[in-house]
Amino acid sequence: MKSKSRLPGIYLAVVTAISYVPIAVTIIYSFNHSKISSVWEGFSLEWYERLFSDADIFVSLRNSLILSVLVCAVSAVIGTLGALGVKRTNFRLNKVMAYFSSVPIMIPEIILGMVYLALFSFMNLPFGIVTLVIAHASFCIPYIYMMVSGRLFAMDPSIEEAARDLGASPFEVFRDITFPAILPGLLSGLLLSFAMSFDDVVISIFVTGPGFNTLPLKIYTRMKTGVTPEINALATLMILATTILILLSWKLNKTGDKAEEEK
Amino acid sequence: MSEDLLVLQHIRKSFGSDDVLKGIDFSVRRGEFVTLLGSSGCGKTTTIRIIAGLEEPDEGRVLLDGKDITKLPPNARSVNTVFQNYALFPNMNVEDNIAYALRLRKVRKPERLKKASEMLELVQLAGFEKRMPDELSGGQRQRIAIARSLVAEPQVLLLDEPLGALDLKLRRQMQLELKRLQKKLGTTFIYITHDQEEAINMSDRIAVMNNGVFEQIGTPDEIYYHPRTSYVANFVGNANIYRGNDGVFAVRTEKVKIGDEPGCVIPAVVKEKSFAGGQLRILVALEDGQELTVSRFGINSELVPGQKTKVGWSAEDAVPVIDDGV
Repeated sequence: MKSKSRLPGIYLAVVTAISYVPIAVTIIYSFNHSKISSVWEGFSLEWYERLFSDADIFVSLRNSLILSVLVCAVSAVIGTLGALGVKRTNFRLNKVMAYFSSVPIMIPEIILGMVYLALFSFMNLPFGIVTLVIAHASFCIPYIYMMVSGRLFAMDPSIEEAARDLGASPFEVFRDITFPAILPGLLSGLLLSFAMSFDDVVISIFVTGPGFNTLPLKIYTRMKTGVTPEINALATLMILATTILILLSWKLNKTGDKAEEEK
Repeated sequence: MSEDLLVLQHIRKSFGSDDVLKGIDFSVRRGEFVTLLGSSGCGKTTTIRIIAGLEEPDEGRVLLDGKDITKLPPNARSVNTVFQNYALFPNMNVEDNIAYALRLRKVRKPERLKKASEMLELVQLAGFEKRMPDELSGGQRQRIAIARSLVAEPQVLLLDEPLGALDLKLRRQMQLELKRLQKKLGTTFIYITHDQEEAINMSDRIAVMNNGVFEQIGTPDEIYYHPRTSYVANFVGNANIYRGNDGVFAVRTEKVKIGDEPGCVIPAVVKEKSFAGGQLRILVALEDGQELTVSRFGINSELVPGQKTKVGWSAEDAVPVIDDGV
């Protein structure tokens, strides 16, 4: 019997409101003519114009993009190799290693930030893009690892054997069989990593150097002097970009699952 | 060129403390249809994985056409496998699946697609080129898997319980089709099954495996009528094993005489009686505790459980066997 209660509907409305009203307000106010955030003075694209002529913001945006792409590349290689290694070898420590690999996403970011600060100072590494890439990769690798190894373990091992049996070299097996099978997982892991790396503030504050500002750091610094509608405009664009990425990731995973169901 | 295409010499293999193959010797002739018959865990899958190169034996050699291939990787052997669960490539359509071996050999595309179509015709699935594996039924996938393994024209085709997942009717049909295919192509088939009826229907020779050794290798007739061991008699012929003073004998259930049939001398008590599928089965216990099954087609019997009776058989129906405790 279906409940006729209106509670579920109300619950849904409240939760949705709590999550999305602030976002909606930010988006609406990015088109506000007024300089003061709380007063609506009519529609305007003024803040977008200002945003696009703000060289500082664009330098940090470029930095962020470079950083996230590098982080994704490093994490993709390490995470995928890790997943393949755990699948293919029989070390007794495999399970322990798989568990420990997810530690960086479980411990609080602020702790991780401090840990890296201490480590890099100790190693005498110059703070900047290199330290950022290392720190970001540490929490992105687990995402790639988990997504890829999920695909690998769902995969029927006899498919790879069949390819070997039909004459494929180990490299050809990877190219034709294994890689296509893990690709959806790898891509959604990459999108997640990109999103996590692109908007990270806490860890970045600890490990960046004076010459390298990422976009979230720039926004954070500006916020200290009060929210300008220009930041609202920037936030709106970032929400748009993130939404697109999330939709893409969702779609990729769905196609991947459909392929799996075939068994 | 010798008669024997494939020779296994003293193959041993263990996984951890589990001795899966305990030194097997076996040879397969060119163009032969050989079945490895045994219950699960007897070592038959490990045997063909060693032939395919997917496992390396701890000891022993594998010779193909006189050449030692023991250490060759699977991609360097002219041996292909049809896997139990089909193992079709989910990311490729039917024609790319079938043509995969040719693609690896750098055969040009038009040529390999033509060959794929020919193979589809051979397995009676013409027109299925563009389908994806997830759009096929179990029987269709099985045929595609067979076509994919045959396209490279292997010297030996290994089939690991290829019909295990199909329903009975389709199994029967595929048995005939496989046999037809094998005759037509003349390829050597090594077939694995745990179904003795399937083995008897299809094979030129059957190798009965138990516990990592071959119990008996022979034609279906030899295996069925002249079992060497009590295991073979029981597994293949569903025969009774009778342990008497003068030896151990296999007596097939339909050959055991009972009640007032002539030749009954051994006292027995009826324990159970069942009538299923047109077949009457009576389980009797002898005085020393041995149990025997008697079967008859299409007749009922007056005997009831608990009743005392006598059983017996003619001397030519009692086949002396080596007792391996089964």
